Amino acid sequence: MELLDNLALGFSTALLVQNVLYCFVGVLLGTAVGVLPGIGPTATVAMLLPITFSFEPVTALIMLAGIYYGAQYGGSTTAILINLPGESSAAVTALDGHEMARQGRAGPALAAAAIGSFFAGTVATLALAAAAPPLASVALKFGPAEYFSLVLFGLIVSIALARGTALKALAMIALGVLLGTVGQDIYTGTPRFVFEQRELYGGLDFVSVAVGLFGVAEILRNLENEQTRTAIVSKVTNLWPTREDRRRMVAPILRGTGLGAALGVLPGGGHVLASFTSYAVEKRVSKRPQEFGRGAIEGVAGPESANNAAAQTSFIPLLTLGLPAHPVMALMIGAFIVHGITPGPNVINEEPALFWGLIASMWIGNVLLLLLNLPLIGLWVRMLRIPYQVLFPMIILFAAIGTYSLSFNAYDVYAIAFFGILGYVLIKCGCEPAPLLLGFVLGPLLEENLRRALIISRGDPSVFLTRPISAVLLVLALAALVVAVLPTIRQRRAVVFAEEE
Amino acid sequence: MEGRRSFPDVLAGGIFVLIGGAFVVGALGYELGTPTRMGPGAFPLLVGATVVALGLAIVGKGLIAGEVIPFGPIPWRAVAVIVLAVLFFGFTIRRLGFVPTTAVTALLTTLASARVRLLTAVAVAAGLTVASTLIFVVGLQLRIPLWGPWLGF
Repeated sequence: MELLDNLALGFSTALLVQNVLYCFVGVLLGTAVGVLPGIGPTATVAMLLPITFSFEPVTALIMLAGIYYGAQYGGSTTAILINLPGESSAAVTALDGHEMARQGRAGPALAAAAIGSFFAGTVATLALAAAAPPLASVALKFGPAEYFSLVLFGLIVSIALARGTALKALAMIALGVLLGTVGQDIYTGTPRFVFEQRELYGGLDFVSVAVGLFGVAEILRNLENEQTRTAIVSKVTNLWPTREDRRRMVAPILRGTGLGAALGVLPGGGHVLASFTSYAVEKRVSKRPQEFGRGAIEGVAGPESANNAAAQTSFIPLLTLGLPAHPVMALMIGAFIVHGITPGPNVINEEPALFWGLIASMWIGNVLLLLLNLPLIGLWVRMLRIPYQVLFPMIILFAAIGTYSLSFNAYDVYAIAFFGILGYVLIKCGCEPAPLLLGFVLGPLLEENLRRALIISRGDPSVFLTRPISAVLLVLALAALVVAVLPTIRQRRAVVFAEEE
Repeated sequence: MEGRRSFPDVLAGGIFVLIGGAFVVGALGYELGTPTRMGPGAFPLLVGATVVALGLAIVGKGLIAGEVIPFGPIPWRAVAVIVLAVLFFGFTIRRLGFVPTTAVTALLTTLASARVRLLTAVAVAAGLTVASTLIFVVGLQLRIPLWGPWLGF
């Protein structure tokens, strides 16, 4: 069994003391961040990225991945206890989870989320291990034309999932791609849009862009109306679900896992889509749909499983194709590159210990989350009482220090202010920031492959249509674009997303 | 939805047109090359024109059938203070050193909240300075001098 050999290799890496330790630190930090409202996983990963630069590559990636799924998880705790989802995909959990908490059943709700997440994480990790090698071997056959079309496809699909109108999401992607052209031209070395500032020759740093868009902008939004955050935190007594609860959890967990694992692969926020699709499914198949919104445990178990499965499988496009499915994965690309590894299909063959170690660590991370969260629930509850006036200066300060320490370049720090303001205004105008960051990260890849493909074809653009894989991807991209723009379907999208509000 | 003007749509579209346009103008100053050998200006020109076109479409839509978005208040004080704090950090970190820069930046950011009291602000700034010095300089061995040349070090 090749899969078993691979997993054995993975566990032998992931179980090294320092890797387990940093996996623990990662999920702990991630959970803390997920619990605290006001800062999402993207900004956290961005800020903590510099810290990991001194680590071994595999250790760094394990910790960053831990922060990511820890944050996914922590968001649900806040959603259940104070009806304030710390993360967008936890919004659905708040519907029934908080209702359960108000009925004094916060314990079983938290347990359902934990057990569902653990099961889903385990299955999705196996799915990732099984799916990655064949996908990567297909991707290895890709030439520049196929790659260009694949990147374009990924970007277009990400708008179909973004909130707000498709037109704005498209514009945000294009703007991101455009900002990615700042710096030196890859072929000629000509500096572009740098205003003769030597510090800009390396281009805008994606950490600055992410911290600005997801950290500073978010804080400004929170400061718009400062209501006191001394939220009423529900008491947690008796964690263990009743026999009836357990019976009602099983099917939603299984369905949520399947849905999440499948949808997580999609670019642009599959985990958000996964959690509310799961909620919608559970409501539809339930014999007691009237209980949904009034504390149905299915409405917690299903979406939480889906969300966690998706968080795990969203690593598939990153690890096999080098394509980030959402902003956190875009930052992971940055982490790979800093450590001298080009993310993509070659990683499996060239860095097997890193690749399988990362996958194995995800399962370990899920075990740690289970161990960490249920017993430590009291600690997380107390963290919810940290006043925002202490929190936001800390975030701004750490963002500035973290960004500066990337390359000791003051321009990277100025950039977080710039992108903070730009992001804030655009968010206020109904433009979601995630597509911009995806465009920014993928833009250089798009340009490089476009130009390379045209060099090979001697300037003939039909190469993108005559190569079959490329043509199929472009047709799919076009189809996704039509789906996103068509008004009737857009209305249905609005209905689906309305449940998330 | 019909016949509604939307200020956020027009503003967003305007921003896209402005930035896209600036890149188009800039790109025209670089060599465009041929399809076989695209110059440094070609790709930014293409994408910049796309951004302008999408921005115009958003403005157009905002004037006829805009998206209804509550724009909400702007926390001017927070915007100004946070921008100032970040710029201060970038400008002085090399010159003043880690400890003074961090302390002033932290103090400035606490002022972003209208509800802050002086004593709280000073306490938060002091705590954050100590914490970040311990975490970044002592713990992570960041190569930033604690006190900079402006202070005679």
